[in-house]
Amino acid sequence: MSPETVTVSTQKTLKMRLWRGDESGGEFTEYQIPAQEGEVVLDVVHRIQAEDAPDLAVRWNCKAGKCGSCSAEINGRPALMCMTRMSTLDIDAPITVSPMRGFPIIRDLVTDVSYNYAVARRIPPFQPPALAEGEVFRMQQIDVDRGQEFRKCIECFLCQNVCHVIRDHEDNKESFAGPRFFARLAELEMHPLDTLDRRRLVSEQFGLGLCNITKCCTEVCPEGIHITDNAIIPLKERVVDARYDPVAWLGRKITGKPNPTPANVAAAYASETLEDQLSARKAGQIEPRSVASEVASS
Amino acid sequence: MSEYETHIVDVLIIGAGGAGLRAAAEASAMGATTAVVCKSLLGKAHTVMAEGGVAAALGNVWPEDNWKVHFRDTMRGGKMLNNWRMAQLHAQESPERVLELEQWGALFDRTPDGLILQRDFGGHRYARLAHVGDRTGLELLRTVQHRAVAVGIQVFMECKIVRLLHDQEGHVSGAVGLWRETGKFVVFGAKSVILATGGVGKMYKFTSNSWEGTGDGHALALWAGADLIDMECIQFHPTGMIWPPSARGLLVTEGVRGDGGILKNRDNERFMFNYISEYFKAETSDTIEEADQWYGNKRDFRRPPELLPRDEVARAINSEVKAGRGSPHGGVFLDIASRRSAEDIKRRLPSMYHQFKELADVDITKDAMEIGPTCHYIMGGIRVDADSTAATVPGLFAAGEVAGGLHGANRLGGNSLSDLLVFGRRAGIGAADFALSKSGKVEIDESQVEAITQHALSFFDHEGRENAYSAHQTLQNTMQELVGIIRTEPELLEAKDRLGELEEQAGVVSVEGHRQFNPGWHLALDLEAMVAVAQSTTLGAIERRESRGGHTREDFPLPDNETLGKVNMVTSIVGDRVTVRSEALPEMPPELRELLEEAH
Repeated sequence: MSPETVTVSTQKTLKMRLWRGDESGGEFTEYQIPAQEGEVVLDVVHRIQAEDAPDLAVRWNCKAGKCGSCSAEINGRPALMCMTRMSTLDIDAPITVSPMRGFPIIRDLVTDVSYNYAVARRIPPFQPPALAEGEVFRMQQIDVDRGQEFRKCIECFLCQNVCHVIRDHEDNKESFAGPRFFARLAELEMHPLDTLDRRRLVSEQFGLGLCNITKCCTEVCPEGIHITDNAIIPLKERVVDARYDPVAWLGRKITGKPNPTPANVAAAYASETLEDQLSARKAGQIEPRSVASEVASS
Repeated sequence: MSEYETHIVDVLIIGAGGAGLRAAAEASAMGATTAVVCKSLLGKAHTVMAEGGVAAALGNVWPEDNWKVHFRDTMRGGKMLNNWRMAQLHAQESPERVLELEQWGALFDRTPDGLILQRDFGGHRYARLAHVGDRTGLELLRTVQHRAVAVGIQVFMECKIVRLLHDQEGHVSGAVGLWRETGKFVVFGAKSVILATGGVGKMYKFTSNSWEGTGDGHALALWAGADLIDMECIQFHPTGMIWPPSARGLLVTEGVRGDGGILKNRDNERFMFNYISEYFKAETSDTIEEADQWYGNKRDFRRPPELLPRDEVARAINSEVKAGRGSPHGGVFLDIASRRSAEDIKRRLPSMYHQFKELADVDITKDAMEIGPTCHYIMGGIRVDADSTAATVPGLFAAGEVAGGLHGANRLGGNSLSDLLVFGRRAGIGAADFALSKSGKVEIDESQVEAITQHALSFFDHEGRENAYSAHQTLQNTMQELVGIIRTEPELLEAKDRLGELEEQAGVVSVEGHRQFNPGWHLALDLEAMVAVAQSTTLGAIERRESRGGHTREDFPLPDNETLGKVNMVTSIVGDRVTVRSEALPEMPPELRELLEEAH
């Protein structure tokens, strides 16, 4: 922080318009509070909480952009409050802070993000090949790079918040996983050692087809993950391959292994425990994907 | 049946960081119905803030490495106050626990052979830290989170536990909490309870910890009659950000100094040369000329004093500030800008560059950073049995930062993430064994529940009193000023008195508004935990009349290896007061003692 900016900002009074209310309704309440040097939006919200509004509801944890708790809409723009410096905003005008619009309100700046946790539970987990006693996995850095990009995700759910498929159409939440979970599915799909084929599940249970790649999710990602280009588009291509690859279809005909259908994959994962899922797989309901072919196609 | 929402499980886990979730995965796999309760949303725990890596003697980079060397490093780093059995189990089992994460989908950085890559860290003899860039904690947390969800545990998010319950035999049998969202109470009945609530940093003004680090588990254990050990041993990292307020306490990696960064006071003096103790004189440069040559020639020159151990550097910074030579906001300057090219800094310290740019609007390639010591980690914690993690009250278990013993008086970097995995799993086994072998149904004692809920609601009756925010500030100032990095008897005794007053104030802070998502109320409940923990820390600090690791006494600057180095400071509640006594450390078997004496 350069000293010049400091002197200017300490003389100002901030006009913060925070949304106060609950599911039954609410409104913006304006708080006037002296500006202090070098603050982020979350600091100002905390000062208002400590001095004027001790019952103001706001989520936060790490205050370093690493946990993804303090997502909100600042002057209408979805962002993390802990990573938005006051000096980047026009503090002569009132600053509005409102809860994420894509999720139901609980109170004030806190929203009900349980939809995301429900989707997460439906995703079939990583399924490695069996290892012999004492054997360890070997993977090359170049092969883990792709998955590592998606694993940077801090689950702030800003991408889910801006995705118009669900932001404007609440009923789509039933059939649409959203960008955060397309990134998760892509990560599993691209994991060098995963043996499960989730491709038809992705399109038929998680609604990948509803995404028309407007890239809103990518634009708001605080981790800079290329959700659209590196997760969603490749996932769409793989789904198409799974459906229309005649060679794979013929192969399955010849070997007598069942083609994976959404019904048998989903059935395996509707069950509560991993043990059930594993026994479902052993019973042949789910066809393991060949590790070699995955690596070759990368 | 209770008028409150009630859940009955075999194993109840409080805390959803790495230790809690790892415990949950294990308890559930053993066939125990398992629930995790956490104050925040799932996946937000402070584990995500760990950067450097997870220490495990995999031997992928240095085949010479093995558990014995890791054991020795951990014991020496802990100034021999460690529970030897915990240090042994930790060193032996961490490689297996790290490899297991890969089975659950973790993607660590790789060696050219395709194995898990390991990096160097302070106090570890070999490159030992498995890592994912500088976000290893997030990777670990996400991996155990996915695993725990996959095995089908129940998760109760945004729920603050107020007190534990006990049954007629005196065993811990559940807990009473409140939903942060609605403010309504919820009762958990369980055959065993694991505490995995993390640290206590929020009782200090400058801390790297998040709001959740309020010592809940330590206090719940105390109130349930369990022992804590060595609560005076707290790690202050010398370089935390102190300005702007948004970043106060946030960690600045030791790598800045490793790469040439120097410490300066307001007079532009490189002051560390004035703080080279007798003990380190032989291995430390005493002139700027020599120090600067070390970076290019480590064989012929001695280390610069900026790279003395963490406690030494933290003490020096403290002294400069006290002498009035600090920076404008009460720290000192850490300067890398004048030492390396802008390009170099961005390449070697990308996350530090980003952190200062984003949060402080400081370009560290042009300007010095303002830094000061920050409360980082508590080595002390709940006294546990090394193998089962059982606390001293039946039915209660503890793992991770909330448990004491593994790290002794000082923790090595990287040993925290491995701690979570090794003892998280052991807690899951210990608690599931206990629960599954316990016959009979879980009974809820309504009178206990009633007393707890009445207590929690009493804060709404205290109109016109101090609010929790200002009482919290008083606590933070007291601990920062009187029980900080450098301690003396008169200040500690003053802290003890002030904490006695604060205990009364904290009991009657007033809460405004209503019960639904009311952070003022939640802080009032967190505050009583912090005050109990602060008392433990202060009492331990008074009695430990020596300096050892994360406990420095100005009036007793040397370690007392003959007496105090052989005891744990044990705090517990006797009557209604937190009291302290000393007890002998467990005796280390001779074959392990030999490992410590091997030459480096």
